[in-house]
Parts: sequence; C-alpha cells; structure tokens
Amino acid sequence: MTVPQHEVAPHAHLRGKVGMWCLIIAESAIFSIFVVAYLYYAGKSLSGPTPAQVLDIPIFTSICLFSSSLTIWLAEKALHAGDIKRFGLFWFVTIALGAIFLGGTAREWYRLIYHDGLTISTNLFGTTFYSLVGLHAFHVTVGLTGLTLILLFTLFGAVKQEHAGRITVFAMYWHFVDVVWVVVLSVVYFITR
Amino acid sequence: MAEATPIVPSLAPLAISPELAARPPLVQVLHDWIVTVDHKRLGLMYFSYGIVMLVVGGVEASIMRAQLAVANNHLVSPETFNRMFTMHGTTMIFFAAMPIVFGFANYLLPLMIGARDMAFPRLNAWGFWMTAFGGILLYFSFVGGFGLYGAGSAPDVGWFAYAPLTSPAFSVGHSTDYWIIALLISGFGSIATAVNILTTIVCMRCPGMTLRRLPLLAWMNIVMAFLVLVAISPLTAAQIMLLLDRYLGSHFFDTQAGGSAVIWMHFFWIFGHPEVYILVLPAFAIISEVIPVFSRKPIFGYNIMVAATIAIGFISLSVWAHHMFTIGMTSYANAFFVASTAAIAVPTGIKIFNWVGTMWGGKIHYTVAMLFCIAFLCQFLIAGLTGIMLSAAPFDWQLGNSYFVIAHFHYVILGGIIFAVFAGTYYWYPKVTGRMMSETLGKWHFWLFLIGFHLTFDFMHIPGLLGMPRRIYTYDASRGWEMWNLIVSIGVVFQALGVLAWVLNVVWSSLKGKVAGNDPWDAWTLEWTTSSPPPSYNFPQLPVVRSRRPLWDIKHPEDPDWKYE
Repeated sequence: MTVPQHEVAPHAHLRGKVGMWCLIIAESAIFSIFVVAYLYYAGKSLSGPTPAQVLDIPIFTSICLFSSSLTIWLAEKALHAGDIKRFGLFWFVTIALGAIFLGGTAREWYRLIYHDGLTISTNLFGTTFYSLVGLHAFHVTVGLTGLTLILLFTLFGAVKQEHAGRITVFAMYWHFVDVVWVVVLSVVYFITR
Repeated sequence: MAEATPIVPSLAPLAISPELAARPPLVQVLHDWIVTVDHKRLGLMYFSYGIVMLVVGGVEASIMRAQLAVANNHLVSPETFNRMFTMHGTTMIFFAAMPIVFGFANYLLPLMIGARDMAFPRLNAWGFWMTAFGGILLYFSFVGGFGLYGAGSAPDVGWFAYAPLTSPAFSVGHSTDYWIIALLISGFGSIATAVNILTTIVCMRCPGMTLRRLPLLAWMNIVMAFLVLVAISPLTAAQIMLLLDRYLGSHFFDTQAGGSAVIWMHFFWIFGHPEVYILVLPAFAIISEVIPVFSRKPIFGYNIMVAATIAIGFISLSVWAHHMFTIGMTSYANAFFVASTAAIAVPTGIKIFNWVGTMWGGKIHYTVAMLFCIAFLCQFLIAGLTGIMLSAAPFDWQLGNSYFVIAHFHYVILGGIIFAVFAGTYYWYPKVTGRMMSETLGKWHFWLFLIGFHLTFDFMHIPGLLGMPRRIYTYDASRGWEMWNLIVSIGVVFQALGVLAWVLNVVWSSLKGKVAGNDPWDAWTLEWTTSSPPPSYNFPQLPVVRSRRPLWDIKHPEDPDWKYE
C-alpha cells in the first residue's frame, strides 16, 4: 500500500447507473413471473370472454410509448449540451406521449369492463390480463409522476446541465418501461390472442 | 495474539477536539440512531433487530418443542401450534436470518473495500426501516389479526402458505393478510438493500481494489445481492397475486375457476430455494474471512472460490422444484431437478475442500471464532449430504414433509448459517466495540450450543425416518417416536443456555472486555486499519491497495503479497 492520494473511488461516478441496472433486474424478475402466469393460463379460462373476442391491438398508443423513448433520449442529449429549453420541450413531449399511452389503456379498460363485461374476477384471462397490463400501467404512472416532477423543476429553473447524469439514470427507467411494453404487447396482443 | 501493529500515519483517524468528544444527552443519542444513514450504525441496527427476532423465533420453537416433548400433550392447542410453526418459520427466515446477514454486509462491506459508506446511504436507511416495519406488522397480528378463531390470530397457514389454504374461503379474516403484507414490505426493503450492496461493491471500491483483489466476503455478498434481486422479486410478484386473489376476486390460485394451486408452489419455491443461498452465502463469506486469519494462511484457491460462488448463484436458480417432488411432476421435470440439485453439491464441495485446504498445514489458533468455523465445516458437510439424499426423487417421495426434511434444513440453517454468524460476532466484535469478547464465556457458549444443536437435530432425523410428519401438534404414544422427541426437546434447553451465554458475553464484554486495539487478530483486510470502533467516516483518506491482503503488505514490506499476485 502506498500513501493514499486519490480521494474518490475510481468507479463512484457510475453508481447511479449501476443502481438503476440492479433495480431493472429486480423489476424484470417481477414482470417475468406475471408474464409466466399469463402464458401459463392462456386459453385455460373456463368461461368467456376470450382475448380474440375483446382485445384490439393498441397500435397508436404503443407507437406513442415507443416514440417517448426517442424523445427522452433527445431531451437527455439537449441537457448534456446545456440547452435547457430544448430539454424542457422534449421532456414535455415525452410526458404527453406517456399520457396518451395511459389514456389509451384507460379507454381500453373502460370498454372491456362496461361493454365486454370483463373484470379481474370474470375468468383467468381477466385475472392475468388486468394484473400484467395493470402492473405495466402502474410503472408508466410512476414514470409519469417522476417525469412531471422533473418538468416542474425545469420550469422553476432548478434543472441545470450538471444534472444531466441523473436525468440519464431516470431515463434508463423510462426506457425499461418501454422495453417491458414490447414484451407485454407481444405476449398479450400477438402471441396468445 | 499478536500485539496491535503500527498503522500507516495517513490511515489514523482524525483528532477530535474534546468538546466534540463529550457525551451527548440520551435523547440526542436516540435521535442520532433513528435518523442515521451511517452504514455501521445501520449494520448494527440490522444485526440487533435480527437477534431480537432470533430470540422471538426461538421462543416459538421452544413452545413447539415443549408441546412435542411427550406424546398426547395438551400444553398448547392445535390452533396455537399452527400459529407457532408459521410465525417461527416466517420470523427466522425473513426477520432474523436476513437482517443478520444484511447487518454483516452493511457494517463490513464499506470497511473492507475501502469506502466511506454504502453507495446510497439514505436508501440503506429506508431498506432497514422497511424491514423493521414489516416485522412489527407481522407481530401486530397477535393483537390486531382476526382469523378463523377470532381476534388475536397470528398467521397460521405455514411459512410457505400453500394455496388453496390461503384463499378467502379457508383463511378468513386478516391474519393471512398480515403475513402477505409484512413480507411484501420487508421484501421491498430487501431489494433496496440488495441494490445498495451490489452498487457499493461495483462502484465504491478504493483505488487498487480490483475485482481480483476483492475480499471473498465481498464476492459472496455480490452473488447474495444478485440472488435477492432475482429471487425476492418473484415472491413479491406472487404476494401481489395472492392479495389480488384475496381482495379483488382474481383466480391465480383459485382451482375452482381453473387456477392452479401448484403454480403458487412454483412461484414460492422459485423464491424459496435461492433464499437458502441468500442466507448461506453470507455465512460462507464470514467463514472465508475467519478461517484464513486463524490458520495464518491466505485463502486456498481464491479464484476457484469466486468461480464456485458464482456457479452456486446460477445453479441455485434452477433447483426449486426439488421441494415439490411429492406433488407428482412429470418424469422429465423430476429428472431435471434431481440432476440440478445434485449438481449444486459440486461447487459447494469445492468450497469445503478449499476451507480445509486453507487450514491444512496452517498454524491454527483455536479461538472461539475458529471453533465455530470448524463446527460449521463438519455440520455443513452433513447438511449437504442429507441434502444429496433428499435430492433423489424416490427418497424424497418417502421422506418429503417428514421430520427428516426438518432436520436437514435446520442442519443447514443452524448448523451452517447460525454457527457462521456466531463465528462472525466473535471475530468482528473487537472492531465494532473496541473490546474483546470473553474467550471463557465464549467456550461455554460454543460447547453448550454445540451439544444442544446435536442433541436436537441429529436425533430429529430419526423420527423422520420412522415416518413422523412435520406440522403435527401431537402424536400417539404407540408410534415409537416418544424417546426421540424427548431428546430433541432436551437439546433446545442446551441451545437456549448457549445463546444466553452469548448474550451475556456480548453485554459483559462491551463493559468489561479487554481493550482490543485496532488489529487484535493480526488480520489482513482493510477494516483492521481503522480504529476500533471505526470513525464515522471510516478512512480519513481512501486507502490504495495492491494485493488481496493490504495489511500484510503494510506489516511485511520486505515480502509483500503483490509481488506474487
């Protein structure tokens, strides 16, 4: 051992990213169990309605959610470059796209519950559908809450270029939520419908 | 042992002015502990919380053993007996063992990797308080829970809460909900702590602390934290499903609507088996630090130890259904889980050989910590061997859900994990308090607990082989189980006396123990460079290491380790 000189651990700046990766691993495990339950019970409902009867592929809202990954990346890039206005703009667009997605889910659920009579206790399809899609929607809601808070901070001038690293960490969560939708969309609306 | 060795000046703690060193009032001290984000204090709080719960869970076990000591006993009712085994299992796994291993990780990791704190100190405090709150909620059920038999009903569905027993029809009232929500909340705390542990080890290592120079304790905690992330989360998911079933009328585990009771078993054991390794890897971690120091040799086969740990981590994720042989799976599933379960013995065996290889030819110091390690080696070997027996599906068909299984996994958890925890307390106590634990009282503790452990769990195999099933509240005298159960119950008395000696030792030594100095064991890892107890900032300047044994390098500049690594 030589005389200590360095005051900062060499990898300390990576801790936000590493921490978020760990959270993503844990979250993936939770989603995996719900996906497994969905696949395991697919087609095992004792009564209707079935997915083929009531589910429509949410093309437009899915495109919105996937696009929000692009806009949040553009926002991140703007902040790294120090362009706060551009950052705020793309951040707002991200929120709007996320909100459209959530609104789409709300409309879909309203239709399923009031027109098609499918609730969580109707049959196994209802059980696994609402829990899996609902778990994802819950994550979108958490993400939107965080995004909105950061937008408010931005409007009050509290977000500066030096926070770009933290914004990147938050954006990782949002990307994760989008990637999960790729899986949920494929499983629920394509593979088992 | 060797006298305290000189410390490199730059690592000495900063001088504190007398007014700062003055004793603050009690309220201030309490407040400081409650709002603390210091990893050492949180580590101690995790540990103390775990020990309190260990005693509570021990009392529940003692009640069960008192009930089973003689045939046709009516000491407690069957309802109480159900609550006791449910609460005993839940408490010991989630609120005793996990907090204790997290306590060790929290206290030691930053010190051993040369960091000032965990990566996310506030998240650390959050994790602890979630775990603590979960335990309090679980025990509140004794007062506030309302179950099949009225108010004051603790959960009574068994610690793995098989469906359909947990459905609203069979488990009326809220006692089962206390169980679900307590585990859900403490699970969030555990996941937060695991995120923190992994990030700390990956990001907060001091300069020079490469992954190849990481203390084995840190390596094993990496794998432990990874397992928490991927194993506790499925439990969280399953608990959410169970809550939906109970409150919103969904049908995950509702067989009448096409749901499956077996899938709850799968989800639970996908968590449940890695959980064993979540608990035993930190025990391995302690053993891997204590044995080299008291054998006066560096660990034998460092690289292969790391590889074996990672292998255990991965294989442990694919063995869960060996808990389910008796439900009747397909022969392919049986064959797979027999093979994977047997396979995990290979990396575990490698570890045992390496620990013995470390002791081989070493100059062994028979301190109390080392005695516990040696007992650990023997007992963990036996636990592994009965595990191999149970991994064979036909054998398991015969003995599944019998006391043989109970004896096997208590051999793992007490004979393995708790013995390692005791070794760890004797080894690190001087660092934490600045005083040595009494070796005399420690030997009383060791021998009493060892005798008690073997009386209880060696003899518990026999009624299992004779066909005594688990979770029965009493049995008939004609079965021939009486003598064995009496011996098993007598062992509990010795174990309790042993734990009492240990608690006395902890309290007495903190007041009257010999002053330890910085490095009483002549050890080699970074925590021993700090004062005892370490200052809140751990290191005035971050250390720079060049080998796996940085203190050896300081003490032996003529023959440093880094020349050979």
